[in-house]
Amino acid sequence: MAVTVPDHAAAEEHPVQVAQVGRQNALSSPPPRADLPAERGMLFFFNDEEARFVDAAVERLIPSDSEWPGAAWAGVLNFIDRQLAAAYGAGARMYLKGPWVPDAPPQQGYQLRYTPAQLYRIGIAETRAHVTSNYSGREFWDLGAPVMDEVLSSLESGAIELPSLPAPVFFETLLANTIEGFFGDPVYGGNRDMVGWRMVGFPGAYAQFIDLVELYNLPYTRPPISIGDTGARQAYLDGHTHDAQRQ
Amino acid sequence: MTVRMKPVDVALVGGGLTAAILGKELAEAGQTVVALERGGMRQTVPDFQSPTMHDELKYDVRHAYAQDVSVQTITFRNFVGQQALPMRQLGSFLPGEGVGGGATHWNGQTWRFQPEWFVLKSWAEQRYGRGFLDDDVTIQDWGITYEELEPYYTFFEKVMGISGAPGNIKGQIQVGGNPFEGPRSEPYPNPPMKQSHSGFLFGQAAAQLGYRPFPVPSANVTRHYTNPFGAEIKPCMYCGFCDPFGCEHFAKASPQVCILPFALANKNFEMRTHSYVLRVEWDRQAKVASGVTYVDAQGREVFQPASMVVLCAFAHHNPILMLQSRIGQPYDPETRTGTVGRNYTYQTMTGAEVFYDGEKRINPFMAAGALGTAIDDFNNGSFDHSGLGFIGGGYIAAYQTTGRPIYHHPVPEGTPRWGLGWKQAVRQHYNSTVSLGFHGSSIPHPNNYLGVDPTYTDAFGQPLGMLTYDFPYNDRLMARYITEKMAGIAQAMGGKQMSVGWLDDHYSIVPYQTTHNTGGAIMGTDPKTSVVNRYLQSWDLHNLWVMGSSVFPQNAGYNPTDTVGALAYWAADAMIKQYLKNPGPLVQP
Ligand SMILES: Cc1cc2nc3c(=O)[nH]c(=O)nc-3n(C[C@H](O)[C@H](O)[C@H](O)COP(=O)(O)OP(=O)(O)OC[C@H]3O[C@@H](n4cnc5c(N)ncnc54)[C@H](O)[C@@H]3O)c2cc1C
Ligand code: SF4
Repeated sequence: MAVTVPDHAAAEEHPVQVAQVGRQNALSSPPPRADLPAERGMLFFFNDEEARFVDAAVERLIPSDSEWPGAAWAGVLNFIDRQLAAAYGAGARMYLKGPWVPDAPPQQGYQLRYTPAQLYRIGIAETRAHVTSNYSGREFWDLGAPVMDEVLSSLESGAIELPSLPAPVFFETLLANTIEGFFGDPVYGGNRDMVGWRMVGFPGAYAQFIDLVELYNLPYTRPPISIGDTGARQAYLDGHTHDAQRQ
Repeated sequence: MTVRMKPVDVALVGGGLTAAILGKELAEAGQTVVALERGGMRQTVPDFQSPTMHDELKYDVRHAYAQDVSVQTITFRNFVGQQALPMRQLGSFLPGEGVGGGATHWNGQTWRFQPEWFVLKSWAEQRYGRGFLDDDVTIQDWGITYEELEPYYTFFEKVMGISGAPGNIKGQIQVGGNPFEGPRSEPYPNPPMKQSHSGFLFGQAAAQLGYRPFPVPSANVTRHYTNPFGAEIKPCMYCGFCDPFGCEHFAKASPQVCILPFALANKNFEMRTHSYVLRVEWDRQAKVASGVTYVDAQGREVFQPASMVVLCAFAHHNPILMLQSRIGQPYDPETRTGTVGRNYTYQTMTGAEVFYDGEKRINPFMAAGALGTAIDDFNNGSFDHSGLGFIGGGYIAAYQTTGRPIYHHPVPEGTPRWGLGWKQAVRQHYNSTVSLGFHGSSIPHPNNYLGVDPTYTDAFGQPLGMLTYDFPYNDRLMARYITEKMAGIAQAMGGKQMSVGWLDDHYSIVPYQTTHNTGGAIMGTDPKTSVVNRYLQSWDLHNLWVMGSSVFPQNAGYNPTDTVGALAYWAADAMIKQYLKNPGPLVQP
């Protein structure tokens, strides 16, 4: 089912970029409707079980609350899946030659031989194996939220030892990618309906603040714009650049 | 078999800022010039256009415009004796790749160095006595003075349309500018930027404490401006996507906007892209460079003969290329002899955050690369170091450069790193926090240097460069002293909470700090302790020259590019007015 764009009534009443100062302390436009179901796009990299793991884990990292949906609703699973299926997952722009020294001090950075895609595949499998053997055969996603948090914290601290890679490296990669998927442009498959941007009040790809930058404390309520916004893109393709006048 | 190209007068290694400067000047002086750039061409139109340029993930997080380390990286260790390991992903610094180099996707914070920096050793000895610093502080004089470089600063600032408030014109202190700067012969070509909310709050508190705040000098140009070559620069729109993005507005001074069009229009100049330079070839008998060998777009090894070779490959790449070409004596930290790779320095950075907990709207996305308010009361020449046990200093600024939320989502200390508590803190503080930064100097140490790695190789089979670096004791003392001052300002800014990031750990290659790598092929007066003379000419091969921050004997408490640009024009002048008429060493050792 296609999900409609959330209701922007408050912002649309004021097509000007900015509402009056002091009118309302809202830092951003209204939250999208979290009661709408999360969308699952086509998966390019994860299998269904891996996807269940990732969806459950990212929702613990950025959970929904009474006002704002979390990472699962925002499509972070789809974001990470597409990243791993593409250049990032394949280790593009990484130096991956040996020899490898996996227990190097943290100051020397990432020293594993895995591409990000391999890191996820192994990290998920080994975390799941750890969970099933320590939590009476259950899967990570069947644990209650507090127990999932406990597992994630133990990955973060290294209290869980995975056989083939340092658990904190897997955890930090997952956390970084989750934040990217929640706050990156929605064209990449996450940040659905620009939920991350609305939550903090980031206007997105629209960017010209020369006339506003000195209006301190201005409530800026114009809804955000994605780089995939077809109107903005079309204006560009039509020749409406800053340099050339539209004919 | 190596392909041999038709000889040229000058081969430039790299196609960034310094290559653009030299390419234009030398081509106009009648020289045939080829710039060999490992990356591709890119231009304001069509490459930097909106809306696709405003993509934090692609440019900032995945480093679209930075060096591809799968092809060539460096290895890194903190100390001599540790095993160096490859930098497998970019982190601490982001060297550029592609025409325009780092100066395409820089922020444009454009600072002159105070006069004392150029004569640091003799200045410190004269002012504080010979015993003030221990032997591990291997600071040096540059062999050039601020007064000599001043006209070149002025010219470079005109080329780039720098926008700022002068603080000292010919010795007269100016209201609203930086009173601690060296005397300038002329004001900036353009007026300063507007003041952001962050800068306003910082400036107010700093002034109350008796400091002297001023707007950061900026290459985000503030009005329609035509530079001395006829390049038209347009006003900055405060888009908040400055570093590491290309500017869609022709407003950020860059090689593409300010210099390159005039080089490319000259038939003497060629920009040869997708050309990865492996080494400089040189004649052991005649002691001259004979050209450079590079791998071209097809993967062929190509020799480009040249009468003059100029390294314009950025900071640490220049000394590493010299080491790979076996030019000069490599620095050895055990014996402390040799010069190539010696005095690698960086920048000593700390930060503080002031949280207004929703009481103020900062609108951090209303931003620009050099939009900042600063104080220079703690730069090296501004205060007395007596009894402090260190040399150096730096500026403190509140920059409002970005509200891009993947990276910009400040939360107070003690906030959980993830989960509901984190999410709610991000929401509360995103629009209500001001970040301050201390931009400190970097003093050389005998154990901090560039070498060649014994184990790891690049895609061409050459050994990787190797970096050994940790923050020296001098800089830790300096950072503690000035970070305390910054914390005092943060305190006075009237927030609900604040946090201070002290420098209390080893240098790490992982988090981004700054792309202000310096040293390794330093300039000076003595071939035993420097690689190039005061004109940036190699002591070993008179037709080899080194540009960029590689030549800084120590790094000042400022961003490097104003000095890099000024030195490039200074060197170009020496080449054209002296060297080309009578090729040979311009300084007798
Ligand atoms: C993200 C970022 C922000 C910055 N912000 C500021 C700032 O606000 N203020 C400031 O003062 N400075 C800033 N800088 C630094 C500034 O960009 C540099 O000082 C300046 O670009 C140096 O000029 P250069 O010619 O030495 O190197 P570059 O302009 O980087 O050019 C070097 C070129 O050489 C090429 N190259 C390297 N090796 C080879 C090889 N082997 N073969 C062929 N080509 C090669 C590279 O691809 C590159 O294009 C910033 C840098 C970065 C990356
Ligand atoms: S902040 Fe200004 S100079 Fe920088 S990219 Fe945006 S418009 Fe260009």
